[in-house]
This record gives sequence, structure tokens and C-alpha cells, in this order.
Amino acid sequence: MRLAAPLAIAALLTVGIAPALASEAAVEARQAQFKLLAFNLGTVGAMVQGSAPYEAATAQQAAENLAQLASLHQAPMWPAGTDSASMEGTRALPGIWEDADTFAERFEALGTRSAALTEVAGDGLDSLRAGLGPVIQACSACHQDFRAPR
Amino acid sequence: MRRIATALGLVAALAAGILLGLDRPQPMDPERLGDLSGLTGDPARGERVFWASGCASCHAAQGAEDEARLILAGGRRFETDFGTFVAPNISPDATHGIGGWRLEDMARALWTGVSPGGEAYFPAFPYTAYVRMQAQDVADLWAFMETLPPAARRNEAHDLPLALRPRLGLGLWNRLHLRPDWAVTGPLSAEGERGRYLAEALAHCGECHTPRTALGGLDTARWMAGAANPSGTGRIPAITPDRLGWSVEQIAAYLDMGLTPDFDTAGGSMADVVKSLHRTTPDDRRAIALYLMRVPPSE
Repeated sequence: MRLAAPLAIAALLTVGIAPALASEAAVEARQAQFKLLAFNLGTVGAMVQGSAPYEAATAQQAAENLAQLASLHQAPMWPAGTDSASMEGTRALPGIWEDADTFAERFEALGTRSAALTEVAGDGLDSLRAGLGPVIQACSACHQDFRAPR
Repeated sequence: MRRIATALGLVAALAAGILLGLDRPQPMDPERLGDLSGLTGDPARGERVFWASGCASCHAAQGAEDEARLILAGGRRFETDFGTFVAPNISPDATHGIGGWRLEDMARALWTGVSPGGEAYFPAFPYTAYVRMQAQDVADLWAFMETLPPAARRNEAHDLPLALRPRLGLGLWNRLHLRPDWAVTGPLSAEGERGRYLAEALAHCGECHTPRTALGGLDTARWMAGAANPSGTGRIPAITPDRLGWSVEQIAAYLDMGLTPDFDTAGGSMADVVKSLHRTTPDDRRAIALYLMRVPPSE
């Protein structure tokens, strides 16, 4: 009987608090991948914006990182109930879950285009610029429909 | 008593008559109309006006890319506090689009917000910006739009509350809000003036970035100070130089590629804006950036 109270608390924790923690962990995980994407995009972005000199090897590595990051399985990081209408701390719009096919297509486009970037990133600044444009557009296309403004 | 009632009734009828009179669409300024005569539109120059003016952001299909953004079939829905507006077909289709228009009709729509049939448009169509468009640019834009593919999509009615449907009050609203003068009046370089023309007359940046008054007009005292998203949740950011904090080069690069100085990318309705501005020229994007640096601080 003395176990009843701790057990009840444990049960509450499992059904009540644990899902909240799991949601937050998923949001943190996907935001971490976007940080990594932004960091590597920044490396090549600075080159095409003219604020950093073009270096083929660095551009190549950044492009490969982008392609690897874009190939991560997304499903585990986007559990239901982690949209901006259901919780704080995320700008992920409910449309991601309502129109999951489009969201998946958009993410796939990021994968395809960053893979294509790895083919040209080391071939000079003009090639890098030409390959980077479609990658940025892939980011934007998804943000347009699926990310809330601040 | 009866005499007083009759007098009051007459006064009320007179007041209503005056209001309805003031609400009627204004005839085109003959001088501006005169500016159009004898102009020949150049479609190549018109394409630059087209991309700077952001027509495709509303009139092309949602999510359209590249050449699909030249199909101005309309149909995109904009949910706002005033109801849902549906973008009309402005492709050159003679039945469903504006293929039957003349240059004067186009100028009247852009400068006064009135259709060829004399019906007032809702200011979801940014004629309060286009009123500043130069006659030659109107002619060039018209020449370019006539070259675009016709689309046979039938127009849908806006989904608005009953009170707004008769389009009463728009003429009065225009008397208060339809002004051809500039929002930023400080001294500008020639490039900055070009930027002001691009930003205030064509690209209509203020429509989203400037907060609105209770009547729905732009609050010019808080120009570009950030505002509630007119069609969705969240806020449109302030882009006055004190709040944005970007350099001219950074703004110009953002308008070209959609990449912010901290390597985030354009989202929301700004994604479509960048898709259009990407197709203007480096000079035009730099001019807009120079202009934005001269907008008065908002804090």
C-alpha cells in the first residue's frame, strides 16, 4: 500500500509529463538540425554574398554537410501535437501535419537540390551561386507555407 | 412638430445624398489621362516593372515557380480581418481576364482602384501604392502583360461579410487614403529616389510592413514599423534601419536570394516577394536598400 502513492505519481509522470517532455525534445531536435543547416548554408552564403572569399574545399564540405543533414529521416522529429497551435516554442504550422505529403515533398526537394550542390560547389563561385539558389528556394518554399512569422 | 420632422428628414436625406455622392468613384484626373496619350509600351521594360510590382505574388497560383508565375489566372485566397479576398484573373484572356481592356482601363485600375465598369476595387489590391506609378511604366507594364499566356479561369466572388459586399464607403475611404505623395520625404540621392519609387509605388512594401489605422489605412507616421500579418498569424517585422540593422549590401543580397545576414531564409509572403525581386536588376535591389536606410527610425 505504501507503494501506491509513488506508483500513482510515476503513472502521472508517464502519461502526463513524459509526453510534454518528449514533445519538447522533438522540437529541440529538429531546431538543432535547422541550426546545423543554417550554419553550413552560412558558410557558402557568405561566399556568394561577398562577405567571405570563395574557397573550393570549404564550399565543398559545407555542401556535403547540407546534403547529409537534408537526408536525415524527419518523421521522428515531427510527432503529432508539436505544432505552433498546440505548444509554445515552435513556429511549425499545423499545415505540416494536415498536408504531410506536401511537407515531405518540400523536404525531399531540399535533399535533391543540396545533393546537386555537392556536384558544383567546388567548381568556382559562379557554379556555387547557381547551385545555391535552388537550395535557398527550397528552404523558402517550405517556410512560406509551413513556418509562422515571429 | 411635423415641420421640424420634415426638415430633419430633408437634412438627413441631403446628408445621405452628399455621402453617397462623395462615395462615387472619382473620374480620372484628365491631366494624368493626358500623360498616357501617345505613349508606346515597351514589353521588355514592362517586364522589369512587372517583377518590381509583385503582381505574380497575388495573381499567380500559390506555390507557382519560374514561368508558372507568368500565368496570372488568379484564384489565390487571402484570409484577412475583413473577410476572404480571391485574387482575380488578370491574364490576357478576353472572357475571364483583362484581354478586353485598353491601356486607359489599366491606368484607371492602377491609379484610382476602379474597374472599367466603374466598380470600386477593395484596397487588398494595392492601388494606394500604384497611384504613384509613372505613366510610361503603366504603358510598359501593360505592353508586357499583353504578351502573357491567357488563362480561362472564371473569377470567384470574394467571401466577405454582408456589410462589405455592396462596396459602399470605398469612395469615401479613397478620399482619405488614396494619396499620390511620398511617405518618406527626407532628402534622398538620385539612387535613393529610384528606390523610393520602387518601394512605395511599385513593390508596395508598406502594405505589409506598415501598421494600419482603425479604418484600415496605412499609418504613415509609423512607416515600415512592422505590423500584424494582414493575412495570417504572427507579425510582419519592422524594416526601419534602427530595427533591421542590416547593411545596404545585406538588404540587396536578401532581396536577390532570400538569405538573411544570419543565414535564415525568407518565409511567409516574403518568399514570393523575393521570387519577384530576384528577377529585377541588381541596381534596383540596391536602390531599394538605399531607400530603406533613409526611412525614419520607428523606435
